[in-house]
Amino acid sequence: MGKPSDLVQGTLDLLILKTLSTEARHGWAIAKRIQQISGEVLQVQQGSLYPALHRLEQQGWIKAKWGESETGRQAKFYSLTAAGRAQLEKETASWERLSGAINLIVQEG
Amino acid sequence: MRWLDKLRVRNEMLFRRRRAADQLDDELRFHVEQQVAENIAAGMGVEEARHAALRAFGNPAALRDQARETWSWSSIESLLRDARIAARTLGRSPGFALTAVGIIALGIGANVALFTVVRSVLLKPLPFRDPARLIMVYEHVNDKEHTGFHAYLPVAAGSFGEWKKAVGSGVAELALVSPWQNYNVSAEGGKLPERVDAGMCSWNFFGTLGVAPALGRGFTAVDNKPDAEATVILTSTFWKRRYSNDPAVIGRKVWLDAKPYTIIGVLPSWFTYSSAFGGNTIQIWTPVAHEAPPSLMQTFDDHEFLAVARLAPGVTQSTLISQLDTVQKRIKANHPGAAVREGVIGRPLLDDVVEDYKTPLYTLLAATGCVLFIACLNVASLLVARTAARSKEMAIRAALGGGRLRLLRERMMESLLLSVAGGATGLLLAWGAVEWLIHTRQDMNRIEAIHIDSVVIAFTVGAIVLCALFSGLISAMGSDGRRILAALQESSRTHSGGQSRAVLRKAMLVVEVGITVVLLVGAGLLLKSYQRLRMTDLGIPVDNVLTMHVSLPDARYKDDTKRVAFFEQLIEGVRALPGLKSAGLVSTAPGQGWGGDEVVSVVEHPPQPKGVGLDLMNRGVDPGYFSAIGIPLVKGRAFAANERLDRANVVVISQAAAKLCFPDGEDPIGRHIKIGTTGKTYEIVGVVGDVRWLISQPPNPTMYIPLYGNDYSHATVVVHSDRDVEGLALPIEKLIGGLDSDLPVSNVITLRETIGRSTADSQFSSVLVLAFAVIALVLAAAGLYGVLAYLITQRTTEIGIRIALGSGRDQVMGLMLTDGLRPALYGLVVGLGASALVTRLLESMLYETKALDAWVFAAVSLLLLAVAAVACLLPSWRASRVDPMQALKAE
Repeated sequence: MGKPSDLVQGTLDLLILKTLSTEARHGWAIAKRIQQISGEVLQVQQGSLYPALHRLEQQGWIKAKWGESETGRQAKFYSLTAAGRAQLEKETASWERLSGAINLIVQEG
Repeated sequence: MRWLDKLRVRNEMLFRRRRAADQLDDELRFHVEQQVAENIAAGMGVEEARHAALRAFGNPAALRDQARETWSWSSIESLLRDARIAARTLGRSPGFALTAVGIIALGIGANVALFTVVRSVLLKPLPFRDPARLIMVYEHVNDKEHTGFHAYLPVAAGSFGEWKKAVGSGVAELALVSPWQNYNVSAEGGKLPERVDAGMCSWNFFGTLGVAPALGRGFTAVDNKPDAEATVILTSTFWKRRYSNDPAVIGRKVWLDAKPYTIIGVLPSWFTYSSAFGGNTIQIWTPVAHEAPPSLMQTFDDHEFLAVARLAPGVTQSTLISQLDTVQKRIKANHPGAAVREGVIGRPLLDDVVEDYKTPLYTLLAATGCVLFIACLNVASLLVARTAARSKEMAIRAALGGGRLRLLRERMMESLLLSVAGGATGLLLAWGAVEWLIHTRQDMNRIEAIHIDSVVIAFTVGAIVLCALFSGLISAMGSDGRRILAALQESSRTHSGGQSRAVLRKAMLVVEVGITVVLLVGAGLLLKSYQRLRMTDLGIPVDNVLTMHVSLPDARYKDDTKRVAFFEQLIEGVRALPGLKSAGLVSTAPGQGWGGDEVVSVVEHPPQPKGVGLDLMNRGVDPGYFSAIGIPLVKGRAFAANERLDRANVVVISQAAAKLCFPDGEDPIGRHIKIGTTGKTYEIVGVVGDVRWLISQPPNPTMYIPLYGNDYSHATVVVHSDRDVEGLALPIEKLIGGLDSDLPVSNVITLRETIGRSTADSQFSSVLVLAFAVIALVLAAAGLYGVLAYLITQRTTEIGIRIALGSGRDQVMGLMLTDGLRPALYGLVVGLGASALVTRLLESMLYETKALDAWVFAAVSLLLLAVAAVACLLPSWRASRVDPMQALKAE
């Protein structure tokens, strides 16, 4: 089972932005979504998730809005801002460059 | 648009923080609820599901804190929280807080006040255009006598003319000024006549400084000619006072010395000219070449002027001075008179204006710096004691995981709060002190430039931060957070508590006492010097002596006969007044200034080599002067009543003059003295005792010639009475008004006041340094008392055991006393050593007092030991009264 430290440093922001690129979600849903898509490999701990969400919000990459959840309770929904979308593209590109490079080394020989 | 989003978030975080916090809680709760719901869906029981969810979630408080830390303003928020905690902690011990704030306020207040003065007077550039290019040029004689202050000698107008010819405006613009002139301003339009200080200057003087008149015009080359129409420029103060700001004054006439002058301009209100030779009391300006006799403007040996130069771009002071020096050497070669000087020297105008204040002001600033340092040490010491008292609390907090930095920050916050409160109070104190200083030291150059400005405020803030860091860090150093266990253990047994902290506090005490000793020694030396100065014998009795000055305008008193008639009438009238013991007339009274000198030769002696002469001060006196004022007649006689006008060719010399002119001990009576400038010869008829021309200067060789004749047009009436001599001022002024209603009386002052004024400097610095030294002494004593009292509380059990085991109470007291006095002794030794090094810097401020005055050092040592003993006595006595049962039970 993956622990938060297994997340490559600095990729949590990328994962959150990517998760939010399709629709607005609350914190719980973001964690669940990352877990599902990664086939249960990546588990985001609350201890990292909420500070990260708040930091991204302070930086203006995402914005929050209170809305009704599936169960009818008020929840805080996060969505990407225009700047966040640009940031996502930038981080994706840089991630691809980095992972490509790592792949090259790992697969050599 | 990202900045807009950020701005919105920031705004929300600042103004709706409470709501944001609630929302955060809600958000986290929602997460847990979701987890619980999921667990239930997975088949767990409700309670079990809840517990599992919470376990998975972790510590909600920590999580909340972590999320909050990402918010904007969070650093400010935690700072405010710390401040709140610190304020509450301080509020619990208001005695401590008030003491600390008071100590810091004193330290910072004194420093800010002195910094304000130092900055305004010594450091701020003069308010002229491009002031760094302005220098003062003086004549100079290259010998041992003419060093320091005496190296800068006034300038002869003839030499100045040669300088100006030799140096083009491509090198420097040179201007001539004579700042020690006076005029009688006539009574007109219902105003009283008055005598005002005035300056004469070359027409380019204001242009050279870069000052334009606020009203009217400046002087032109046309005004600065002997045959030009008489013109005058008023200072703003004179214009306000005498003409109530009337702009129509331009073009009007004012009567100066009974002659009409056209007012052509008024200077701006910020303008004050000052120099090492005065000038800041000048009220009106006239063009020099129109006012001074043409012969004075040509001569090389009568030094009545100062020279100001504005260096052209790219020219340095040394270039100009070396050029002028060459010119002056050529003048000396061509005119080898004794009074013609051989060299030129210069210094920046600012240095010239403030040179005299540098040592005293920097000394005072150093003294206040010491006081602030001691204040910081005391506050640190108090904080250390508090830390010691709270060591258990700190240890418990550290044991429970309180970050070391977090605890340190709290401590710093405490000292910061104290410093800020102290600094704010100190700024108020400083404001008061500066106002007081401006009020009391009107004689000081540039006093008008003193203001508390933004730089001073910045200095205050800097002092506060430094104070907070210093006292906070020292106290934090005293508490070692790594020794948690030790502190917790120590709390169970109190016998040797906090020894390491006591060592730190003792070391601080040594420093504190050392600095106090330096301050005390400095104050002692200055005080002794001041006392010496006050006790200096002027040469005559100074009690109940009143002087006042009159000056007869040439325009109405055209020749000696008229003037002598006036003087004789005046002194006759004065002597007839009731309540007066004796009265005399003299051109310049003792203690009231230079008053003029002449280079003379003794006719009977072989001629002196060229360029060498005897320099005697010159006074005109009436026949009754010596006996009236109490100058003892040593040999021969005073003047006879008939030695006046064309028979006024007799002279009385002082003992110092006799020694100078007749070094072989030959009898001076009957010999003749010839004055170099006038060529007149005088027969010596008497020798009198020496008097001082300034209280702080040794008596100069002086000659006295009859005031009745010899072209004297001014005189000082000196009146001696048995009591209440001030009461005679009005009758004499009325008498003068009766003789000539348009004649102003000036310098109405007693000799006591004269001496008071010329010793004001010395009094000022000695009293202030003494005040700072006393503050330091009190603080050091409080420090000694505090540390010893603390140590004794810590050792109560030990003392109890000692007494229980049979130790005598005297013995205990002695033990405690030595323990407390040891830092004082070390401090005394350190302080005496430091004083021996430092007091050398004071030498220029000391009058007839050695920097290593044994008496002062001994007195300071005794005083310090006595105060230290008193400070240690009370806690030691308390220690000896400890009840052993009580002390052991307290365990």
